[in-house]
Amino acid sequence: MFGGKDKLERFEQTILPHLDAAYNLARWLTRNEQDAQDMVQEASLRAFKFFDGFRGGDARSWLLTTVRNTCYTWLQQNRRGQAMTQFDEEIHTADEDSLNPSALALKNADMEMLQQSLEQLPDEFREVIVLRDLEELSYKQIAEVTNVPLGTVMSRLARARARLKQILCSGVKEKS
Amino acid sequence: MDCPIAQNLLDAYLDGEVDALRNSEIADHLHGCAGCAQSLEERQTIRSRLKAPSLYFKAPDTLQKSIRHSLRQAAKAEAPSRWFNAPWVKFAIPAGAAVLVLITLMPLYRNPASDRVAVEAVANHVRSLMVDHLADVGSTDEHTVKPWFNGKVNFSPPVTDLAKQGFPLIGGRLDYLDNNPVAALVYQRDKHIINVFVWPSAGSREIDSSSSNQQGYHVIRWARAGFNFCVVSDLEINQLKQFTDLLAAPPPDAAR
Repeated sequence: MFGGKDKLERFEQTILPHLDAAYNLARWLTRNEQDAQDMVQEASLRAFKFFDGFRGGDARSWLLTTVRNTCYTWLQQNRRGQAMTQFDEEIHTADEDSLNPSALALKNADMEMLQQSLEQLPDEFREVIVLRDLEELSYKQIAEVTNVPLGTVMSRLARARARLKQILCSGVKEKS
Repeated sequence: MDCPIAQNLLDAYLDGEVDALRNSEIADHLHGCAGCAQSLEERQTIRSRLKAPSLYFKAPDTLQKSIRHSLRQAAKAEAPSRWFNAPWVKFAIPAGAAVLVLITLMPLYRNPASDRVAVEAVANHVRSLMVDHLADVGSTDEHTVKPWFNGKVNFSPPVTDLAKQGFPLIGGRLDYLDNNPVAALVYQRDKHIINVFVWPSAGSREIDSSSSNQQGYHVIRWARAGFNFCVVSDLEINQLKQFTDLLAAPPPDAAR
């Protein structure tokens, strides 16, 4: 086994380069800077504790998995007492063709609106877009991090994007 | 290829996640279908907008610093495990053994080696209650809890649901004890939480159960069938012994 110092060095070399990825995911899942920092802090220590179980391979996915689990535990506790909307892919997917957006509207949405629209998505939809379009993970890596089958990643991502488009377009319409 | 199929595959196509054959079929379809081509363009637009740097939140410097700081603390706390591998330990063993004998004779410090595990186990137990982090996998089904440990620890802990006997299983989590990652199984008796720590024992030595008392918690330990068991709870000692008897020798009707 590795002693404290060697382990720390290896951890700093392999895992810490992915702190930005960790923070970005936590920030989008918690939608709040301070909580995101707490999540990443906690997840990093957890990751360090179980670093002996890391058998090489994709360090970013490995860290993101821990960050995601930490965030979900936190989300469950924070939602306690509030009306909890159970995530359901079918319910959360509205009829895609009910709106016919012009490509122009999508191009003109400002950054604030983009951020707000993404934040409005259910957690499971938001995270899949963050992992794919911001973090640029492959479907296989996303399946690993979110612990769902590859087919689910594919369909969830398609639904998430359709939903995001819908929110964006209705936002643009309201504004104009 | 018709539109509904193409629409279903557009996202994977955009992400380069379809095979070569599908890829050319979709490309052909897009060539002749303005509707689907527009759908793809909308997706491309949104995706390229999402690449804006202001939507990617980078870890603040202060966070980087504070994580590095707490990692150093954590590494220091783990450091003692390194001593066991150091060469001078060979010479220290006889000396250490002598000291151990002396200490064992002193009533104030009896049995420190196993007490250390007991103290750590109690600390883990208290921490699991304090931060509301009892279970990573919350399930009353041993067939859910047992497989959850696959790939997380390099052994498969024995998991038995004792709900019928009045000790329902409520979940499991990873923990750390005696310098090992261990499986923590969580049971409940009325309002009392019982943490069962399980990890492989060195050799196939069987150790009879012994109980001790730490900060008002009961700790019962034994080793059997290649595993160390350490049970911690504030449950009344006779009931806890009943529980450990069940755990050590599950009744035939409790599935394993």
